[in-house]
Amino acid sequence: MIEADRTRPADGIVRIAGDQDIVRVRQAVRSAAVEARLSLVDQTKVITAASELARNALTHGGGGRAELRGVSNGRRSGVRVEFVDQGPGITDLDAALTDGFTTGTGLGLGLSGARRLVDEFEIETAPGEGTRVTVVKWSR
Amino acid sequence: MERVPVLNLGDVLLVSIQIDLSDEIALRLQDDLAERIVATGAQGVIIDITALDIVDSFVGRTLSTIAGISRVLDADTVVVGMRPAVAITLVELGLSLPGVRTALNVEQGLRRLQAARPHAAVPTVEAVAGP
Repeated sequence: MIEADRTRPADGIVRIAGDQDIVRVRQAVRSAAVEARLSLVDQTKVITAASELARNALTHGGGGRAELRGVSNGRRSGVRVEFVDQGPGITDLDAALTDGFTTGTGLGLGLSGARRLVDEFEIETAPGEGTRVTVVKWSR
Repeated sequence: MERVPVLNLGDVLLVSIQIDLSDEIALRLQDDLAERIVATGAQGVIIDITALDIVDSFVGRTLSTIAGISRVLDADTVVVGMRPAVAITLVELGLSLPGVRTALNVEQGLRRLQAARPHAAVPTVEAVAGP
């Protein structure tokens, strides 16, 4: 369980409304990952996961935002990113988290693939209430 | 709108991606390459992704599609220069780039094209790198 401290303001918020915003999310996550001293491989993994989740928010959620925070558990630093959209939500979460499941034209690797690339992954969704995906990648 | 430049060298089209690829630019590259293959009669395509620090499922799928399109247009595609961190991430993401041939660098990519098409005018790596 990720304790999501929503009382603290995010270090950065990137609005996701178009194609180019996916690139902006990647750039913001890259900066945060460098700041959290993630290894090159871990930077690459979290940026790639963010790219998938930002595209999901755009194509399935009709757009939304990414909220970035630097986090620390005392021993390690990390980066946490929350992807929030006000779209239709996910009806069958188990199916959505399965490799190859897609309701769109993609490969169906977005959610399941992104989950494999991060250390912590949490999803809150309900039909008609949008989706919030929170991921954390820790330095090693 | 930004475009990824496509260079024509002998029978080979060389694409070196130097920008952070948005989905739209990736799709445009796919269309541009199809047209250029037909217009030039190119027999090979080299896509250099050395500068790409991530390949997500969209870009991965686009690379597979480009390889498929060029195959039906009688050209071979080799993707070169993938960074180790990108390869690790891509496989963990669940993407294996079906139908995409890869080589470690431009030189080996050119060698692979020459081996597949002995009669094609494949440039040397010096010609590609310039003086």
